Amino acid sequence: MALTAEQIHAAVAVRFGDAVSALAPPAKDPFFTVKAEAIVEVCRFVKSEPSLAFDFLEDLTAVDAPKENQIRVVYHLWSYQHRHGIVLKVEAERARPIVPSVEAIWKTADWMEREVYDLFGVAFTGHPDLRRIMMPDDWIGHPLRKDYQEAGGYEKISNVRDSSLLEYRRMDEAVRQAAETKAAATPAPTTAAPAAPPSPTSPLPSTGTAH
Amino acid sequence: MEELVIQKIGPVSDEEMVLNMGPQHPSTHGVIRFVVKADGEIMKVAVPVVGYLHRAIEKIGEIVTYPQFMPYTDRADYLAAMFANEGWALAVEKLLGLEVPPRAQYLRAISCELNRIASHLISVGTMGQDIGALTPFVHALREREKINDLIEELCGARLTYNYHRIGGVAFDAPEGWIDEARRFVDRFEKVLDEYDRLLTWNEIYVKRLAGIGIIPAEMAVDYGLVGPNLRGSGVDWDLRRDAPYGAYRDFRFDVPLGKGWVGKKGDCFDRYYVRMLEMRESCKILRQAFEKIPAGDFLAPKVPKRIKPPAGEAWSRIESARGEMGYYVVADGATEKAWRVRIRTGSFTAMGIVEPLSRGMMIADLVALIASLDVVAPEIDR
Repeated sequence: MALTAEQIHAAVAVRFGDAVSALAPPAKDPFFTVKAEAIVEVCRFVKSEPSLAFDFLEDLTAVDAPKENQIRVVYHLWSYQHRHGIVLKVEAERARPIVPSVEAIWKTADWMEREVYDLFGVAFTGHPDLRRIMMPDDWIGHPLRKDYQEAGGYEKISNVRDSSLLEYRRMDEAVRQAAETKAAATPAPTTAAPAAPPSPTSPLPSTGTAH
Repeated sequence: MEELVIQKIGPVSDEEMVLNMGPQHPSTHGVIRFVVKADGEIMKVAVPVVGYLHRAIEKIGEIVTYPQFMPYTDRADYLAAMFANEGWALAVEKLLGLEVPPRAQYLRAISCELNRIASHLISVGTMGQDIGALTPFVHALREREKINDLIEELCGARLTYNYHRIGGVAFDAPEGWIDEARRFVDRFEKVLDEYDRLLTWNEIYVKRLAGIGIIPAEMAVDYGLVGPNLRGSGVDWDLRRDAPYGAYRDFRFDVPLGKGWVGKKGDCFDRYYVRMLEMRESCKILRQAFEKIPAGDFLAPKVPKRIKPPAGEAWSRIESARGEMGYYVVADGATEKAWRVRIRTGSFTAMGIVEPLSRGMMIADLVALIASLDVVAPEIDR
């Protein structure tokens, strides 16, 4: 039987007491926060308890909150049997985010935690294979953090470039300059025919592009 | 620097060898790499290495406004872009509390089901190709072209559609389009019988797939498989039927499940055949949608010009061609940009199951396994 978020929260709160927060006021999806050290036990409980039976970890991700100095790991759980869902959150300190791994409970957490580790820098203790997954092994920084700064490049390949519009402006500028120098070099025509304008079909200057 | 994946596969004895399969390999459906430790033809383990197509779509979602992000969602899964569009639209509509007009919901369902057929055609076609049957792939592409033509008439694009909008869809169906689409569906069901004769019950094809890569139902749930991969293992779950969104409440259709038609339940053939049957179900849904589509607006009249949802977070999920696709969107309430966008995709979790399944499998069967999971590289890496 599908339970409401209040009933699910009550069932967890009765057992774990202080480790879980009150249910958040109904924003869009009901969630509650679990203390990091209790997350594995809470997850094991909600999966094995027959009236909850959250067998499917739909999603595991994180949200960076620099103002609160936190990284929140977000767990979306779903029960195929009862057809109800709940969202759990764990708050971790931003400078040293450490959260226990739930890989032993849902195998799908293996890759999802690797992604959160890669992009947010959350260290999942007890994870069997905590490697980067999207970025190369020797990448510096965690790109989905709000204060992430791109390094200038990777393996001598630049990853910064100007706006492509700037390139067009340089081309226009080069065409205009070429026309001016041409006009200055040729003496003023004696006939009424005007000087030929630069061909519009070849915007690239012959002296090479600007980069 | 030595890659960490080399440490992961462990020591290699004299009889064993380490093979790199990919990143450029015709049968990996995009840029994916497997590091295979094999003893002759038998794999000890195959470790997937992904990330070659990582374009930081989630990060882009934080620096563009809500409507501007719609074309980027196309690129998350370019074989089934309609679903990515719809998931994003649903998430933002949930944040805004926006009602979508019924005609728009029907147009969404029609475009998505057409897209599902197109995506499944690529899936079963490339699966045949990977096994060594080139002709069915060409036949599948032939029908997919028809769908591309239809969708092009609808929205002007053939691959990255950018058709759905927050609050509805971009364009109404042109005059006579519904009839044209109906003619396609009538013809397509006969073509499906042709595919069955050509490919499905072909003896070589069956022998290559039956009993290979068996995923039991509990394992499928544990590893977070979704969509046809989950149903191929016999788990009776389809978001369109069990948690309906949009127009799907109005349609009646069956949810095909893996039964072990020729081998064991949850093998590669089951996943393949579930997709074949799903295309027939999509035809059923399309027929009902063509009958019932109401007149009216195709875009909600009260969509604000500047979309600035109140602070909050929303989770939307849809049944994509590759299973459940979820969007987790956090709005800060102060700007027109999302604070965090997360796209949960079916291919990502499907790749996670390759390593445990690969142990003891033949190298040639790895190709069949990847094809049957229908992973699409951009959807893994995003």
